[in-house]
Amino acid sequence: MEILINFISAILLVLGVFLGISGAIGLFRFPDFYTRMHAAGVTDTLCTACIIGGLVLQAGFTLITVKLIFILLFTWYSSPAAGHALIKAAHKTGLRPLLRKDSEQEEKSS
Amino acid sequence: MNLVLFAATVAVLVIMALALVRAFVGPGVYDRILAVNMFGTKTVLFIALYGFLTDRPEFLDIALVYTLINFIGVIAVLNFVKDTIEKDQPTAEPSTEEEL
Repeated sequence: MEILINFISAILLVLGVFLGISGAIGLFRFPDFYTRMHAAGVTDTLCTACIIGGLVLQAGFTLITVKLIFILLFTWYSSPAAGHALIKAAHKTGLRPLLRKDSEQEEKSS
Repeated sequence: MNLVLFAATVAVLVIMALALVRAFVGPGVYDRILAVNMFGTKTVLFIALYGFLTDRPEFLDIALVYTLINFIGVIAVLNFVKDTIEKDQPTAEPSTEEEL
């Protein structure tokens, strides 16, 4: 039973770490601010959920699990809200998304 | 199990380093705020993982508080940045709907 719990929490931790690293790499590969925000925001919440899920399995039914669940809930509420505020501020001050990278040349040439 | 926790902690450190690099490289001010926001949420994870690694459950209280402070910090910086940028270019061109 102990081995099973350890195994599942290990899988969750590895999955969370993979998502986090993919989000971090997404920060560099995407051309534009809005796509980077997508990369950071999406994996942010899911990576937190997986890692904290792995830790909850480690802690079992104790006060620690309650704290972990609260951390998860606050992250789930605050991260998208911060992302929304960030995008609204960026858009309000005139930062335009990079809509058509390849076809822009044709528009200019045609 | 301890090894997996240690590996996860190191990986979260790597993610934080990548976010920091994005903060330094980031062309606009909003990329930097985005990177700092991601750095903050990863710090929360790092504190929680480190608390589990060294069997000190009181670290989770720090992580809990840090989650909230990070959010407030991002909102504060946004308000500050928006005011200064609006002073520089008061008439940001109107966002026509079809552009989105």
